[in-house]
Amino acid sequence: MAFISLFDVIGPNMVGPSSSHTAGAASMALLARRLFPGKIKKVRFTLYGSFAQTYRGHGTDRALLGGIMGFQTDDLRIRDSLTLAREQGLDYEFIISDKLGDEHPNTADMDMEGTGGEHLFVRGVSLGGGKVKIVRLNQIEVDFTGEYSTLVVSQTDKPGVVAHITKVLSERNVNIAFMRLYREERGARAYTIVESDEKIPEDVTEKIRENPCVSNVILVQI
Amino acid sequence: MEFNQGSELLEICSEKNIPISRVMKLRETEFSRISEEEVDEKMKKSLAIMRRSAKEPLTNPKPSVGGLIGGESGKLHRHAEAGKSVCGTVLQRAVTYAMAVLEVNASMGVIVAAPTAGSSGVVPGVLLSLEEAYDLPEEVILNGLYTAGAVGYLLMRNASVAGAEAGCQAEVGAASAMAAAAAVEMMGGTPKQCLDAASVAMSNLLGLVCDPIAGLVEYPCQNRNSVGAANALICAEQTLAGIPALIPFDEMAQAMYHVGRSLPFELRESALGGCAATPAACRRTCEIFGG
Repeated sequence: MAFISLFDVIGPNMVGPSSSHTAGAASMALLARRLFPGKIKKVRFTLYGSFAQTYRGHGTDRALLGGIMGFQTDDLRIRDSLTLAREQGLDYEFIISDKLGDEHPNTADMDMEGTGGEHLFVRGVSLGGGKVKIVRLNQIEVDFTGEYSTLVVSQTDKPGVVAHITKVLSERNVNIAFMRLYREERGARAYTIVESDEKIPEDVTEKIRENPCVSNVILVQI
Repeated sequence: MEFNQGSELLEICSEKNIPISRVMKLRETEFSRISEEEVDEKMKKSLAIMRRSAKEPLTNPKPSVGGLIGGESGKLHRHAEAGKSVCGTVLQRAVTYAMAVLEVNASMGVIVAAPTAGSSGVVPGVLLSLEEAYDLPEEVILNGLYTAGAVGYLLMRNASVAGAEAGCQAEVGAASAMAAAAAVEMMGGTPKQCLDAASVAMSNLLGLVCDPIAGLVEYPCQNRNSVGAANALICAEQTLAGIPALIPFDEMAQAMYHVGRSLPFELRESALGGCAATPAACRRTCEIFGG
């Protein structure tokens, strides 16, 4: 079981009214922003389940957009994020899905486009009490929370890539808490996600990129 | 210094002869690898937010996003200022502050979830009213928050604090148990008495359903927070008077969880039952959503 901190109980400090629908929405979008390798020009949100049903009264839309703009859960600018985004030239769109089905009730897709043509699709789930997890990156199912320092390596599914990653991390004395490999299909695009209790040295991203099968490395520090 | 059950927490308290707040603080320094001073600093920031959200709406009311609540704490405050309070200072203030925090929350202001946003008024309501009534130093309030945190952690771990999973008894009920334990420690009770008060607080609210009108964290959530605060003070009073809990905290937490899981879907934050399904609530819902 993951550690429950004192500040998970007395916290988060947050803009109301709902820890799952407001704070959770802001947190998952903030995490999505930190995973994006550039400046975001356009974002398209798709809201599912309870998010789709109740987003207006809970400010879920404002919280999601606020997170994409880098606001923490207790940043009052969340209230005005729709206006602030327009002022900053950040293009946004909300799609309300009527699909209920097997998805978690509090789910949002964040489809981001960068000024340099970069593109990233992130699906987040709000678990309650402000806790979130990311369950999809582009077309690949993943599972991480951003509560640890997280390294996301985008790679081709070929032998030796994982060995290369662990070698780099061990040379920099990084203690791995969790490490998982996710792939679309054999030989296609894959992600390695490494989580650590401590900050991961920034220069590991360069070292990991040296492997020709690695196309991108993103580091989200705690 | 990890503990997974209330019984284990009490064992640590008695072995080391320290209060619950101290155990929770040491646990945090150990696992989050921060110093005691850093824990205090972080909690002082949370306490500052609690103070602001409990007091600002008394003179500066904020309309809620859904428009179902707003201005209640100001009315209570003025009623008391006019010397007309029925409840007396401690209870009156606890209830006023609890409702104020929910006003701030419903207007998209900044609050501290404790343990959730929907139940965020209970703990500050109780702690701040005791602080004022008995002139308690800040250190005592911080310790109250650590003790409340220990109880909330046990419920998060072993039961649930989500209305969608286990009803309002898991949100306001948990917050009330947290506040009751905190109040007992702040007023000089033993660790066992803290968990006794928490157990009784949960049993008093057992079965309370989560039925928010229009699915918004406004009504009856705000009133329920005042009940949670009042309940916590009652349980603290009874426990400190020497009335023990018949059911140990850990057993009560399991009972709360099982009752919560057996609540029908309509009564777990779906806005389909209870208060939310009354004709008056349905009319208001239509007004809000223009249907």
